[in-house]
Amino acid sequence: MAYSFPEEVLEHVFSFLSSEKDRNAVSLVCKSWYEMERWCRRRIFVGNCYAVNPKIMIRRFPEVKSVELKGKPHFADFNLVPEGWGGYAYPWIVEIARGYPWLEEIRLKRMVVTDESLELISKSFKNFKVLVLSSCEGFSTDGLAAIAANCRNLRVLELRECEVEDLSGHWLSHFPDSFTSLESLNMGCLNSEVSFSALERLVARSPNLKTLRLNRAVPLEKLPTLLQLAPQLVELGTGSYSAEIRSDLCSSLLEAFSRCKNLKGLSGFWDVVPAYLPAFYSMCPRLTFLNLSYATTQSPDLTKIVSQCHNLQRLWVLDYIEDTGLNALSMSCKDLQELRVFPSDPFVADANVLLTEQGLVSVSEGCPKLQSVLYFCRQFSNSALTTIAKNRPNLTTFRLCILEPRAPDYLTFEPLDSGFGSIVQHCKNLRRLSLSGLLTDRVFQHIGTHAKKLDMLSIAFAGDSDLGLHYVLSGCESLRKLEIRDCPFGDKALLANADKLETMRSLWMSSCAVSFGACKVLGQKMPGLNVEVIDERENLDSIPHNSPVEKLYIYRTVAGERFDMPHFVRTMGKDNRRFK
Amino acid sequence: MDLNYKATELRLGLPGTDDLPEINTTTTSSLTKSTKRSSSEMSQNEESRSSPPAKEQVVGWPPVRSYRKNVLQGKKVLPETWSAMYVKVSMDGAPYLRKVDLKVYKSYGELMKGLQEMFSCTIGLYNEDERYDGSKHAATYEDKDGDWMLVGDVPWEMFVTSCKRLRIMKGYEARGLDL
Repeated sequence: MAYSFPEEVLEHVFSFLSSEKDRNAVSLVCKSWYEMERWCRRRIFVGNCYAVNPKIMIRRFPEVKSVELKGKPHFADFNLVPEGWGGYAYPWIVEIARGYPWLEEIRLKRMVVTDESLELISKSFKNFKVLVLSSCEGFSTDGLAAIAANCRNLRVLELRECEVEDLSGHWLSHFPDSFTSLESLNMGCLNSEVSFSALERLVARSPNLKTLRLNRAVPLEKLPTLLQLAPQLVELGTGSYSAEIRSDLCSSLLEAFSRCKNLKGLSGFWDVVPAYLPAFYSMCPRLTFLNLSYATTQSPDLTKIVSQCHNLQRLWVLDYIEDTGLNALSMSCKDLQELRVFPSDPFVADANVLLTEQGLVSVSEGCPKLQSVLYFCRQFSNSALTTIAKNRPNLTTFRLCILEPRAPDYLTFEPLDSGFGSIVQHCKNLRRLSLSGLLTDRVFQHIGTHAKKLDMLSIAFAGDSDLGLHYVLSGCESLRKLEIRDCPFGDKALLANADKLETMRSLWMSSCAVSFGACKVLGQKMPGLNVEVIDERENLDSIPHNSPVEKLYIYRTVAGERFDMPHFVRTMGKDNRRFK
Repeated sequence: MDLNYKATELRLGLPGTDDLPEINTTTTSSLTKSTKRSSSEMSQNEESRSSPPAKEQVVGWPPVRSYRKNVLQGKKVLPETWSAMYVKVSMDGAPYLRKVDLKVYKSYGELMKGLQEMFSCTIGLYNEDERYDGSKHAATYEDKDGDWMLVGDVPWEMFVTSCKRLRIMKGYEARGLDL
C-alpha cells in the first residue's frame, strides 16, 4: 500500500512530538510508523528500572540521546525500603555505554550509583552534557571528580538531595581551566567545603551559567563575590545565610543581588540570620520560585518576603509562615501555582506554631491558579476540605499530611471521608492525592467513584477492610502508582483485582494484611508482574502461608524476575520459570 | 495444607459478596469506635499540653525526607520578635552569678541601667572624655572568639550577637584597660 507522505516527512512530523505518551501512541498505529518512530526517538523515560532491561531498550531505540531512569519505590524516601533492596544503576550504565556512544543526557532518581558508574559515564560518552542525580546514593566525591575531569562538554551537573560520601571538596578543582560550558551546577546536598578560589574561577569562566546552587559550606561573606561574577544567573541557591551583622556585608549583598536582573528563583537559606533577609527584597517582585524550606525564620519575616513576591508561582516554606503568612500570600501572590508547607518540628505532639487548616483555606480562596499542594499540619476538618475543593476545582496535586495518624476532624471528631470526598468530586483533573487523618472505607468509595484521572495515590493508616482497596483498584481507571502503609487491606481485594495490577506501574503495601500465600498465588497467576516480598524479620523460606508479609512491592515488567536481590527480598511464584 | 481457595479465587466480581459487610454498618461501627478513641485522644492531648512530649516515632512517619529532617534537627530558631537571649553575668566579689536577657534592652544605656539595678552598683561606660575612677565598676564581655572585650566599642546589634557572657569588674582593675 502506498503512503501519501514519504518517510522523511513523517519523521519530520514526529520530531515535534516530545511527549512520551504521544510517541508511544504513534508507534502503535502501524508497523511502518513503529519502525520510523523507533529510529527517531531521542529521549527515553523508564519509570521503573526493573520493568524493562536495557538490552531491550537499546535494540528497539538505537539513536537515543537522553535516558531517564527511576529505581526505588517512592516510599524509600521515608526509609521504608531496606538498604540493599536494589535499584542499581551500573548494569544500565554498562549497556548504555555500549549501545549509545553519543548519549548526551542521563537522569537518575532513587538509584544506587557507584563511583564506578560515574567513572564509566565520564569516559564513555564523547558528547556528554547533562547529569542529574535525584535522591541517589552509593557514590563519593571521587566519582564527581571523574565527571569534572573528563566531561569536556558538560553543561548540567545537578545533585538533588543525594547521599554522597563526602571525602573532600577537592572534586570541584578537577574541572579543567579549558572547561567553559557549564550552565547549571547544583551541589546543595554536599557537606564539605570546596576550594572557594576554584569555585570562583569556575563561575568566572562559565558565561552560560544560569543555575547555581551552593552548599551550606559556602559562607555568606563569599556570596557577593560569586554574584558579581555571574549576574546573568536565573536560579540561585545560597549557601549558609548567616554571618555576624556587618554593615559592609549588608551593602555588598544588596548591591550584588540588585545586579542580578534575571534572577527568578531563590533557594538555600540555611542558618538564616534575619538581618540579612532584606538584602534580596529588591529581587522579590521578579521571583517566580522561592524555596525557604530550610529557612528557620519566623512568620513576620516570611510574611514580609512573600508580600513582595507578586509574581511568585511556586513557594516552598516551613510552617513558621503560619496562617497569617499564608493569608498575606493569598493576597499578594495571585499567580501562585504550587505551595509546599513543611513541618519544622514533625515529632513534637503539640507545637507552638500557628499553622492550621485556615492557612490553606485562605490560599485556596485567594490564589486562582493554585494547582499543586503539599501541606503538613496538625489539624483539619471536613468543612475546610470541602471549602478548598469548591474554591479550587483546578487542583491537580493534593497532598495533605496531618501529622498525627488517624486524626479525626478536629471540630466534629468524625472521619475525614466527606472532606476528601469533596476533593475528588470537585477536582476532576486530580492526578495525585495523598490522604491522612481518620479515614474509613467510605473515602475509598468516593475515590473509586470520582477520581477518574488519578494517577498516583498514597494511603497511610486508613480504611477498615479489603473493600477500601477494592474500591480504589476497581474504580480508579487512570491509576498507575499506589502506595499503602499500615492499612487493614488483605488478600481478597488484591487477588480480585489482579488484572488491574498489570495496567499500573507499581503497587507498594507495607504493614498491611496480605498473606505470604496470596503473594505466591498472585505471582504464579500473573507472569507479567513481579511480586516481591520484602521481609527482614524472618527467613523467607519459613514464613507460613497465612502469615502477613512485612512489605510487598508489585510491578509490571517485561524483563522477568531480577537476580540482584538481597536475601530478604523474594520474587514470588516464579520458582521454575525464566524469561528472556 | 489449607490455602482457603475460595478466598484466593480470582474473579472480576466482588470477592465473596455474601461475606462482605454492609457499607453503612462498617462506617457507623468504625465511627463510634473512632469517636470514642478520638475523644480519649483529645483529652490526653489536653492533659499533656503543659509540656509537649516527643512523639513515639513511627518509622517513616510523618513522610518527611531524612535529608530534610537532618538539616532541621537541632535547629534553634533565631526569632527577631520574641524569645530571649540570656547570658550569664558575674560580678567580682559576688557569691553567685545572674542571668540577663539581652533582647530586653535596646541600647547600652538600657543594659547598664538594668545591670546597675541588678547588682546595686554603678557601672561606668568607657567614654573618650571620661576615665574610670575607682568607685565605679566596668562592664566587660566574652565574645564568640573567647576574648574579653570592653563593653561599648561595637554597635549594639553586633554586641548582642557576639556577647557570650558578661563580667562586671572592680573599677581599679578596669583602670588598666584605660588606654
